[in-house]
Amino acid sequence: MKIPSKPTILALAIILATPLAANPARDAIINALKQQAGVSSFSAEEGKALFLATHSGGKPETPSCTTCHGTNLKAGGKTRAGKPIEPMAVSVNPQRYTDPAKVEKWFRRNCNSVLGRECTPLEKGNILAYLSSL
Amino acid sequence: MTTRRILLATALGVALATPLSADDNERVRPVTDPLTRAECSACHMAYPVGLLRSQSWERIMGTLSDHFGEDASLDPASTEAIRAWLVNNSRPYAKPPAEPPMRISELRWFKREHGSRLFTVARVSKGIGSISNCQACHRGAEQGLFEDD
Ligand code: HEC
Ligand code: HEC
Ligand code: HEC
Repeated sequence: MKIPSKPTILALAIILATPLAANPARDAIINALKQQAGVSSFSAEEGKALFLATHSGGKPETPSCTTCHGTNLKAGGKTRAGKPIEPMAVSVNPQRYTDPAKVEKWFRRNCNSVLGRECTPLEKGNILAYLSSL
Repeated sequence: MTTRRILLATALGVALATPLSADDNERVRPVTDPLTRAECSACHMAYPVGLLRSQSWERIMGTLSDHFGEDASLDPASTEAIRAWLVNNSRPYAKPPAEPPMRISELRWFKREHGSRLFTVARVSKGIGSISNCQACHRGAEQGLFEDD
């Protein structure tokens, strides 16, 4: 077996040392939200509160994000039509929040369904910070 | 006893994959358009286009922001492309009802095949949740395979 060259080992060490949440595509989404919100960081705590709360402004069938995504975000959820939903926690589902069009589409739909309005860039960023921290 | 058999088969994880007659096969042919298949299978299976008439699809695609109690809206270009595909791949009513049905599960043939008891069973069973969850009972639904006797 060939011994890996120094640069390979170095590259591997960098990959292993990178925190889970760091993914260039996800970072770009979060950075764009920071610019829109005019803030330099997001609050996972506020994202958590918003995600787990029961709301009354939206459609009666969907009072909370947890209606479909469940309360254990490392486990999967289920749609109202019974179809399984993959886990939301980035630690168990690293592909999450890496496609900007997908993220935008579902924020628009789900915030409308649950809150009766779109989420602000600050709310979206807080939620992504929360889901990336799990 | 068919109900019992199909539920038992589901519980055992056995695929109910008996092919239907040629006509029925056409009706339950899976959605082949990639965009429609991707966008309309996020919350439930992409229902076979042949199971609703064109005017019904038209109505569904015109009301996506309030879709059975959810916002399922899409960007205008995707909405139009999916609308066109669904409408062009289904049969129109010659005389459409004032409010074309939006559910396959409210059609007369569907209620005949699935008695009201089965609707209840579907709703209260943890692994099913809704009569609209076709593939919970028809394992081959996404391949166009439904039960036949
Ligand atoms: C009616 C069911 C439902 C509710 C309620 C719901 N979601 Fe979702 N959500 C889904 C489905 C279905 C998907 C797409 C499937 C998937 O990505 O696994 C999704 C996807 C998402 C995505 C995109 C994930 C990605 O990988 O890019 C985000 C972000 C999201 N939801 C956030 C929320 C937030 C925030 C709330 C509450 C305001 C919420 N959802 C409430 C069903 C729901
Ligand atoms: C955001 C989630 C979501 C998306 C995306 C979605 N649907 Fe639905 N759809 C639902 C829900 C919820 C129901 C009602 C399920 C129930 O009653 O159990 C439903 C039901 C239906 C039904 C009636 C099922 C029956 O009982 O016969 C049809 C037909 C349908 N959808 C078509 C579509 C089409 C076409 C698309 C793609 C443009 C689509 N749906 C995308 C959530 C969604
Ligand atoms: C709770 C389980 C269950 C669910 C959910 C369910 N079905 Fe069925 N379906 C059945 C049973 C039982 C029969 C009768 C089978 C038989 O005659 O042997 C049946 C029969 C059918 C048939 C007729 C097949 C034939 O024999 O020609 C079709 C088509 C069909 N279902 C489509 C659907 C569609 C589309 C959905 C979703 C909108 C659905 N089913 C949801 C259990 C279910």
